[in-house]
Amino acid sequence: MTVLLSLEHVSKSFGSLKVTDDLSFTLAAGEALGVIGPNGAGKTTMFNLVTGDLKPDAGDVLFEGQSIVGLSPAVRCRAGIGRSYQIPHPFAGMTVFENVLVGGTFGAERSEAEAVEVAVAILERTGLLKKANLLAGALTLLDRKRLELARALATNPKLLLLDEIAGGLTEHEVHALVETINEIRTEGVSIIWIEHIVHALMAVVDRLIAIDFGRLLMEGDPAEVMASDAVREIYMGISVE
Amino acid sequence: MSQSTARYSVERATRASRVGAVVLLVIVAAIVAMPWWAGRADIRTVTEFLYILALAQMWNLLAGYGGLLSVGQQAYVGLGAYSIVVLSLKLGLNVFLAVPLAGLVAALVAVPTAAIVFRLRGAYFAVGTWVVAEIYQLFVANTASLGGGSGLSITNAVRGIPAFWREALTLWFAAAIGIGALVLVYLLLRSRFGLALTAVRDSEPASESLGVNVRDIKWVVYLASAFGCGLVGALIAITKLRLSPDAAFSMDWSVIMFFVVVIGGIGTIEGPIVGALVYFALREFLDGFGSWYLIVLGLAAILVMLTSPKGLWGWFAAKYDIRFFPVQRRLVLGDEAKESAS
Repeated sequence: MTVLLSLEHVSKSFGSLKVTDDLSFTLAAGEALGVIGPNGAGKTTMFNLVTGDLKPDAGDVLFEGQSIVGLSPAVRCRAGIGRSYQIPHPFAGMTVFENVLVGGTFGAERSEAEAVEVAVAILERTGLLKKANLLAGALTLLDRKRLELARALATNPKLLLLDEIAGGLTEHEVHALVETINEIRTEGVSIIWIEHIVHALMAVVDRLIAIDFGRLLMEGDPAEVMASDAVREIYMGISVE
Repeated sequence: MSQSTARYSVERATRASRVGAVVLLVIVAAIVAMPWWAGRADIRTVTEFLYILALAQMWNLLAGYGGLLSVGQQAYVGLGAYSIVVLSLKLGLNVFLAVPLAGLVAALVAVPTAAIVFRLRGAYFAVGTWVVAEIYQLFVANTASLGGGSGLSITNAVRGIPAFWREALTLWFAAAIGIGALVLVYLLLRSRFGLALTAVRDSEPASESLGVNVRDIKWVVYLASAFGCGLVGALIAITKLRLSPDAAFSMDWSVIMFFVVVIGGIGTIEGPIVGALVYFALREFLDGFGSWYLIVLGLAAILVMLTSPKGLWGWFAAKYDIRFFPVQRRLVLGDEAKESAS
């Protein structure tokens, strides 16, 4: 097994609040890992530590065996770490096509002509082709989430970080999204997916970790983690006697 | 490749843009010929309009695209103006040859300045740029050989150039800088760099997460803006022939830049043109009303900001979907691609 990403005893505090507390886990190349945990558990913070939006107070983050702690988010993106934001950050004044072009041109370091070709294929795959010339600011929530995915894909990632990309979608839309993500997996892209919609997660991931108070609560086979008393008590808010 | 070009293509120009290009060429030709058909007062007004346009485009690039809300660009206007003192008055270089060098001086000073102010964020950055401008002004005001606080005349630097040619050359330089700033911003935005710049305008974190090096973009924009402001400063010195630190480093330059850009529409190329036209129209109309001029200017700015935060051009472009400077990349699908999309 080749390790793609590993977090080693990573800690991060905001003032006196410890949001990531001695967190360690690894991700194998080609693996899909699900992340669950209550709101405020530090899941998005963990993503920000991997993408470089935040710097850890202690510990190390390794990508393909190299420490990436000192690198900027842009450099990490070019190294192969793509992300989608929980709250979509579209380039509102640019068209959907241009949004994807940004990722394809700078994230994947392609010429603009090459990026155009890739962008068209990705727009087709994410169901945005018909909306290519709309301003991204005019999109619905579903399309904004699709755009988050499309832009991240355009950067040609080895690792894709998805932050609650199914949140707020209808059952039908979630189903379509799961299908797309499974398809992306078959191309060898590794995935870490934070999601509250557990059945969507279970349809994709190989392994599940549960985070609470910034600490790793449990890790293992998705069904086992979900069935465990600790996860049911903390994540579902049900006290299990 | 040929197969994919049959499926889709990327279109840039719009009908309005082709009209715009022709109109721009006619205007440029008319301006260049002005010394032979227009009066001195008109030439002076157009000269001033052109350098205000250049200043506005520079601030638009900086704040509208780069997200750098500087209130200290008067630092570079002042440094450009005083470069004429050093290069022409002291070293005897022809004033018109000194203009591009003045831009370079401003850009050079901008390097260490940026290294300091880029450490600051948001409101602190704004205040920092202002403080830096004050420091440069105090430095000049306390340097006796630059005329000190009361300033100096630079008439000696232009002696020997006939009045007709001085005014004509000033106009042409203003045209080169004003229209040049416009064309430069346009070409920049259409390029690969412009794709990144527009992305940074809309969201810095998202740009960074998609591989755009936001810091590099900010450096380029800041230096370009300092260069442009330095050129304008040099030209202002040649026009006014009298320089004082208070006037050259005046906060008014920044205020005019905000007014023009905000009224016209921040983050668009057309916005500063519209804003500059409104600014000049208001100024001419209110000429002779004393301080009412400033009050009306302020009210107009507040009114536009409240009713149409994207400025007059932003409102107009959204309503009629018109763009004279097509920087957008539109994807045009072939029949086959249209079928698979639906």
